[in-house]
Amino acid sequence: MSWITVCKLDDIVPNTGVCALVGGRQVAVFRLDDDSVYAMSNHDPYSRANVLSRGIVGDLKGELVVASPVYKQHFSLVSGQCLEDPQVRVAVYPARVDGDVVMVEA
Amino acid sequence: MKTGKIVVIGNGMVGQRFLEQLVGRPDGAAGITVFCAEPRPAYDRVQLTSFFSGKSAADLNLVPEGFFERHGIALRLGDKALAIDRGRKAVRSARGHELPYDKLVLATGSYPFVPRVPGAEWPDCYVYRAIEDLEAIRKAARTARTGTVIGGGLLGLEAAKALHDLGLETHVVEFAPRLMAVQLDDSGGRLLRRKIEALGVGVHTSKETTKIVKGAERRHKLLFADGGSRETDLVVFSAGIRPRDQLARAAGLAIGERGGIVINDHCQTSDPDIYALGECALWGGRSYGLVAPGYQMAEVAARHLAGEHDARFADADMSTKLKLMGVDVASIGDAHGATPGALNCVFTDEATGLYKKLVVSNDRKRLLGAVLVGDAADYGSLLQMTLNVIPLPEHPEDLILPAREGGGKGMGVDLLPATALICSCNSVTKGGICGAIAAGATSLGALKKGTKASTTCGGCGPLVKQILDCELRKRGVDVKNHLCEHFPYSRQELFHLTRIGALKTFDEIMSKHGQGRGCDICKPAVASILAACWNEYILKPRHAPLQDTNDHFLANLQKDGTYSIIPRVPGGEIPPEKLIVLGEVAKKFGLYTKITGAQRIDLFGARVEQLPLIWKELVAAGFESGHAYGKALRTVKSCVGSTWCRYGVQDSVLMAINIENRYRGLRSPHKLKMAVSGCTRECAEAQGKDVGIIATEKGWNLYVCGNGGVKPRHADLLARDLDDQTLVQYIDRFLMFYIRTGDRLQRTATWLENLEGGIDYVRKVVCEDSLGLGHELEADMQKFVDSYECEWKKAINDPETLKRFRHFVNSDQPDRNVVFVAERGQIRPARPDERESALEAVEH
Ligand code: SRM
Ligand SMILES: Cc1cc2nc3c(=O)[nH]c(=O)nc-3n(C[C@H](O)[C@H](O)[C@H](O)COP(=O)(O)OP(=O)(O)OC[C@H]3O[C@@H](n4cnc5c(N)ncnc54)[C@H](O)[C@@H]3O)c2cc1C
Ligand code: SF4
Ligand code: FES
Repeated sequence: MSWITVCKLDDIVPNTGVCALVGGRQVAVFRLDDDSVYAMSNHDPYSRANVLSRGIVGDLKGELVVASPVYKQHFSLVSGQCLEDPQVRVAVYPARVDGDVVMVEA
Repeated sequence: MKTGKIVVIGNGMVGQRFLEQLVGRPDGAAGITVFCAEPRPAYDRVQLTSFFSGKSAADLNLVPEGFFERHGIALRLGDKALAIDRGRKAVRSARGHELPYDKLVLATGSYPFVPRVPGAEWPDCYVYRAIEDLEAIRKAARTARTGTVIGGGLLGLEAAKALHDLGLETHVVEFAPRLMAVQLDDSGGRLLRRKIEALGVGVHTSKETTKIVKGAERRHKLLFADGGSRETDLVVFSAGIRPRDQLARAAGLAIGERGGIVINDHCQTSDPDIYALGECALWGGRSYGLVAPGYQMAEVAARHLAGEHDARFADADMSTKLKLMGVDVASIGDAHGATPGALNCVFTDEATGLYKKLVVSNDRKRLLGAVLVGDAADYGSLLQMTLNVIPLPEHPEDLILPAREGGGKGMGVDLLPATALICSCNSVTKGGICGAIAAGATSLGALKKGTKASTTCGGCGPLVKQILDCELRKRGVDVKNHLCEHFPYSRQELFHLTRIGALKTFDEIMSKHGQGRGCDICKPAVASILAACWNEYILKPRHAPLQDTNDHFLANLQKDGTYSIIPRVPGGEIPPEKLIVLGEVAKKFGLYTKITGAQRIDLFGARVEQLPLIWKELVAAGFESGHAYGKALRTVKSCVGSTWCRYGVQDSVLMAINIENRYRGLRSPHKLKMAVSGCTRECAEAQGKDVGIIATEKGWNLYVCGNGGVKPRHADLLARDLDDQTLVQYIDRFLMFYIRTGDRLQRTATWLENLEGGIDYVRKVVCEDSLGLGHELEADMQKFVDSYECEWKKAINDPETLKRFRHFVNSDQPDRNVVFVAERGQIRPARPDERESALEAVEH
């Protein structure tokens, strides 16, 4: 595991996500409007498509979430937990902003 | 106590209600037989006219599934009772049956009165009472051009509307000097006349028809007492009804001077073993031509038969509210001011076509009656004031005058006593409604089912809804239609706040009216509101976080993470060159192609990074975005129309293209679909669309609020024979009105079904401009039309936007997870097992 620079902070429109290739893995990286960043697997366990980075981000009852663009399940940006099903959880990775770049540990 | 054998003659609305009341009692009968002269059991005669607007006989049926079987009732369908033998206590029928009875119930209704005019027996002279009459009229109307209704009362006007809707040039001939002479006074009648004439129906009052002879141009010629005449193909008599009392008369029962079977308070005739109910009965010298009093009699008779000797019928209210040809008319209580000393208070606005009259008691303390023409919104509250003797406010005129500063108007439902009769058709009181709500009927549907309130004429619907909301609110139930946890508003309210506040971004709206960060429900909804209010380019970075992936990438996400592309093909017309381009592009990028269900071509299997490349080629060939991804106008389907089709009467393709080009890209609460057909054969299926246009000889008929999909809905006719310009004007207004007031993901069909006042209200707003919003709605639409840009054309020319079309932010590789296999000569997404083995094969 090591910190890898994935893109410039400006490459991500605030409150949206992008997908980065990190060590052969597809990682969805989200930037919120306070410039905090979050990283999780890009793989949607329900549709089995690599699309979570294209979901809408927001919050539900205070929990930061992204909604899968396919069938709209919500995943916690912090823990990867699916809010609709306690059995389902996607991998999350540490992420941070370093100067003007975004880094993910994976 | 068992009541023995019961025979019922007549299975109309009241006869059926009687059966339902009877079987609901513990001491039901030992055996019930029902004679029904019509070929079908009871149906909703009040809604008879809806038979012409698409309702079928089955839709009008009033008998619950399996009702007769379940209760062991013998129904003799199509068998008419011919004679009553009171000595032997038996009934003889047309099919030769003789049935003994212990108790006999007459519910024979009434028959349409046809004046003794020579020639009234000609073919193509009809009455308006049963489904068979309407079937015959519909058939005759196919080959007729003009129709005349003799009689300008309530039913006559309803029949005239039906003829008008069947496309006939329609006239009403009335003997009295005004229309609806029973319910209206002179001024009200005059206003109604003007409104009806404005719809293109001829009104001829003070005309006595004396003879019908063969016509020169049309099939018949009506001759009038004043020497005039009028030619017509079809005649419908609607000159009043007469109680059907022949059986009773022949059996020697007491009959009123002008007809009607005399009954006492228990609904018994002069023979205590024989009851009479509904329109055939005469109580206190009165017969009632409305269903509500009949229903009350049904209940009284059933209770009395079951041994409740104190069950009594008391005089029934004759107030009526109707919608005649889109004109609201209501008459309440003592509408003519017959009470000694009664005072009139009248408000007339000839400019807007309003007439309202209050009849007030001499001491100005109570309301005796009212007449409303043009706007009957206050019917419910005024009726309640009359029936419940609620003291009048200090300025009774405030009740009918347009709201004035500080003048409190109407009254809250909360003030009504529990005994207030809310639904007069079904005798449901406010107490009954509140009881049902307390017992768990917390939706309008459950309430209707449980109490029957608002299931007959529907006039009480708004009041029932108000009571429901009021009771729920009292129980602390949230009756609001909140968008989601972030906004305590419905889409409509938020739309309003956005417009009024001139708010341009999600953040502004959130900080003013919401809380939190938003979610996948409110963000796209706000994006749609912003697009509809300000028509800003949806790809603007500041709107990007709000868009669903389809809107974000201007394409439709498929199950494997690829996208489909549907270019716009206005009206479905496509020249060969463009067809070839679609084929070439599909071949070049290896896309799966399919003709969609809406007359265009879908290209599937495009990866995000391919979308701009594909669109570069499509735009170069003249294609535009088809907005298949948006809650926006989809297609305007067309039929080939008069250009080629031998039946077409207008150029439906041209109209479809023009309409599609006008509204392309229009964002709305849900997707919008339209169609244009070149004649009534309706090959474009316009009546299944949000906006449907059907060509007529004289122009276009405009239908709205149709739907296919999950719950198909037949569209409603909004206006007929429009010229091109008026057609577009009405569509502009209709769409903008829907966009402003629709809820999130509410198609026009559901929107209409939840709209108080229904299609008539929409017609008022759109065609009569009752809200005075017409100009504003048109201007909004024009602004939208003028600022339209193809989203894709703009995207491929904007480097900033193009940046988002890549799978990886840090690599040009494609998504390896997207795998296709071949099938029937094209690609399709690999199934998971196929994908695994394909991926392994690459790795090894
Ligand atoms: C592509 C197409 C099927 C086809 O291969 O023919 C299609 C495909 C989809 N339809 Fe449809 N519908 C298509 C014509 C229709 C039609 C027929 C028509 O338009 O004449 C209907 C019935 C008519 C109607 O809408 O009243 C139709 C009724 C629906 C519904 C139900 C809507 C409703 O009000 O009940 C949905 C679900 C929804 O929108 O909520 C739906 C939703 C969808 C979605 C968006 C489902 C989804 O989320 O993936 C599909 C995505 C479109 C795509 O990937 O491109 N589709 N869909 C058709 C595209 C037509 C076009 O050229 O734009
Ligand atoms: C077009 C139209 C619109 C109307 N609109 C309204 C409205 O808005 N509000 C309102 O309150 N009322 C309205 N009415 C009136 C309402 O329909 C009647 O009040 C109601 O149907 C009366 O019920 P009934 O059972 O007494 O008579 P009907 O419904 O007429 O039933 C009588 C039945 O008895 C049968 N019958 C008669 N003689 C015999 C026999 N010898 N043997 C066997 N069967 C026999 C008849 O065929 C008929 O089926 C409307 C009526 C019409 C025609
Ligand atoms: S709707 Fe009429 S005009 Fe259009 S194709 Fe069909 S038959 Fe022809
Ligand atoms: S008043 Fe007619 S349905 Fe209620």
